[in-house]
Amino acid sequence: MLKRIFLILLQVLAIYIVTFMLLHLIPGDPIQVMLGESASLADQNKLRMQLGLDKSIYLQLTSSLVKVFQGDFGVSILNHKPVLEQLITAGRNTYILAGASLLIALSFGLMGGIISAKFHNSAVDKIIMSISIFFISIPHFFLGPLLILFFSIWLGWFPVNGMGSFSSLVLPAFTLALGLIAIIVKLTRNCMLELIDSDIVRTARAKGLSEWAVLINHVFRLVLIPIISVLGMQFGSLLSGAVITETIFSWNGIGMLLVDSIQTRDYPITQACIFVIALSYVLVNILTDFIYKVADPRMRTGKIA
Amino acid sequence: MHKASITIALFWIIGTALMFIMNWDANDMQFNAILASPNIEAIFGRDDYGRSIIYRLFAGFKNSIEIILVVSLISCTTGVVIGTVSGYVGGKFDAIVSFIINLFMSFPGILLAIAFAAMLNPGKLNLILALSIGGWVSYARLSRGQALMVRNFEYVKASKSMGASHWWIVARHLIPSLSTPLLVEATYAVAGLIIAEASLSFLGLGLQAPEASWGAMMRDSVRYLLVSPHYAIFVGMSIMSIVYCINHTGDYLHKYFNIKESLTKH
Repeated sequence: MLKRIFLILLQVLAIYIVTFMLLHLIPGDPIQVMLGESASLADQNKLRMQLGLDKSIYLQLTSSLVKVFQGDFGVSILNHKPVLEQLITAGRNTYILAGASLLIALSFGLMGGIISAKFHNSAVDKIIMSISIFFISIPHFFLGPLLILFFSIWLGWFPVNGMGSFSSLVLPAFTLALGLIAIIVKLTRNCMLELIDSDIVRTARAKGLSEWAVLINHVFRLVLIPIISVLGMQFGSLLSGAVITETIFSWNGIGMLLVDSIQTRDYPITQACIFVIALSYVLVNILTDFIYKVADPRMRTGKIA
Repeated sequence: MHKASITIALFWIIGTALMFIMNWDANDMQFNAILASPNIEAIFGRDDYGRSIIYRLFAGFKNSIEIILVVSLISCTTGVVIGTVSGYVGGKFDAIVSFIINLFMSFPGILLAIAFAAMLNPGKLNLILALSIGGWVSYARLSRGQALMVRNFEYVKASKSMGASHWWIVARHLIPSLSTPLLVEATYAVAGLIIAEASLSFLGLGLQAPEASWGAMMRDSVRYLLVSPHYAIFVGMSIMSIVYCINHTGDYLHKYFNIKESLTKH
């Protein structure tokens, strides 16, 4: 366990160094790129001092590491507000969006998978499976506009973009969730079909349980285990999908902050966003491992590798 | 193979070839037909500068394929060399390489490409660089796993006992055993790259105007969703058709070569 924690810390440190080095990748003088050619020498020097770019790379790295450890990500070049403040606001919005779509994906995905498995090879199953295949292969940047077209423009049910009310959460959350729903449906269905012929199911049926009780109480618990690991793996694509989805729907989250900061060349924000996204990805993977052990008692003894 | 996939592939390849033969101009602007609906002259309609959408799509297809071929070549070569050597040599070197592979995998999806594309000036070369930086990892992982497995096979040990050099074993035993899973991996990777390239262009980090690119067309089309939904639908369907076709080819190859799940699915 201690070795694991050490490796994770090392990984986080390495991620920070990579994002830190990004600023030094810019060909030419980063200060001139940020301020433009016409900026005065005094302004350039001021910003250079502010960002610490006048010191050696090693000094810059160590001092910025200490600052990040204290929660100081520097200030935005554009509006001089602390980066951390903007990160927290944006992070909360992304958290709402990602949480909503995870909830949608889990509930619809499990439901679809169970129905598909219960009536497998029937027309219902075939319809659910072909819809899933369609949603797995549709990229976020096409699904978003399609949903806007149908539900905002033609039906007028939800706002096109922005984040004023609850109804404005629906379309972005579904844009992010639909691909995940499809993956969960497929996985749930296949796992359940595999389990249906197993001994536990036969025992449960022999006890006289109803068919639904067998499915929900016995099969479903075992299905949850692969779903947890797939959710952990898919979290990365959820995050990069959030960047696109937030841009389409003008949802003020981390993704939109990242894209905006790239366009305005506000590098401290760009760096912080990339670091935070990568960090949350690592943390979610650790969390997945932990939940995995809770859900599957066999994992705790280490008998199953 | 599926008839639909072959039809899609032929449509794009013949269309793009015809574009060169017939000298169709993807940048020809018709200002009296801005955002025109599909008609005889422009079967997919016209975009916000009055350019024929289908010509733009063909030009974008050509750009996309060019970029993706180069990226695949770079990342496949780098990945295979690093992975094979690391798996074959083992020990401390392998531990370091594994750590680096894990580090790269802790950047989700296209975030790394976004980060690099953001810092470099937009353009074809930098786009290739940004996509290659994360692209080699999956190849390295695959070939490392394969090398770890194959180096303990008896025919490799036999070859070694007969005095074969390390280079001989890598070149004659490891790399050939890798070729089929690599082909399947590369096929799926190309589908992923098409989406990644389009995503970068969608965010304004890819090819710049007036170069045609599917992601940038998608971004432009979203602005005119209300007045000309055909623009977004045709561009989106085109991207989906290609991704579907390539994924399907991957599935076909996977079945055809009867590759074990453990090698390509991680």
